[in-house]
Amino acid sequence: MKFGVVVSEGPYTHQAADTAYHFVVAALAAGHEVPRVFFYHDGVNVGTRLSVPPQDERNIQEQWSALAREHGIDLVICIAAAQRRGMLDEKEAERQGKDADNIAEGFRISGLGQLIEMGIQTDRLVMFGD
Amino acid sequence: MSDDVKKFLYLNRKAPYGTIYALEALEVVLIGAAFDQDVSLAFLDDGVFQLTRGQDTKEIGVKNFSPTFRALGDYEVTRLYVERESLEERGLSPDDLQEIMYEDEDDDWAEKPSIRIVSRAEMADIIAAQDVVLSF
Repeated sequence: MKFGVVVSEGPYTHQAADTAYHFVVAALAAGHEVPRVFFYHDGVNVGTRLSVPPQDERNIQEQWSALAREHGIDLVICIAAAQRRGMLDEKEAERQGKDADNIAEGFRISGLGQLIEMGIQTDRLVMFGD
Repeated sequence: MSDDVKKFLYLNRKAPYGTIYALEALEVVLIGAAFDQDVSLAFLDDGVFQLTRGQDTKEIGVKNFSPTFRALGDYEVTRLYVERESLEERGLSPDDLQEIMYEDEDDDWAEKPSIRIVSRAEMADIIAAQDVVLSF
């Protein structure tokens, strides 16, 4: 089966990004496909490469980046939600005249259309939120 | 993968202000309207407050986005299901909701109300009939 996944809460405060991660790992292990994960609301903050959690804690961003690298998952951060919350890629930082960008490896910024498209193209859409 | 038209339901469960969920849900609805899918909205729990008339946000310094609901008909989003029990539990009646109309192209563009009050049991059936449910 082909799953689309939405993460709609930020990392560490909420369990949602962790639970979504465990779901995707389990789905892939069971032979399912997860072509894309869409990050919305505070979920966009999962994709910052500037978070530095304590060493004895999981690093949520690194877990997702590694999963994307190993399985070719498309990690999409909503641009409208990202701009409100200070998430910028290199191109967008330049366009907005900002002095830094912070998108982690494996993540990309794109539009809400990617969420709708995922709903159309997958067999099940699963949302992880509060 | 199927490129057929799917039934999308946007499930709104939170109050319009206090958190950003309602506003960002509406942003998805507006973008999603361009994809020619079968779209409905549902309002339950505190989500019913999103449709109340006479919202005034001047004192809290955030945008009042409630007029946008009246434009949904232009995006061919014409079904806004509101759960009766959620209204009653909050001391609201259908009269407390703003009037949202659409023009029915299959009925000589007659103006019809987009808001449909449904029971909790009916809402469960509506949700069960969807292909994609986006919960906010």
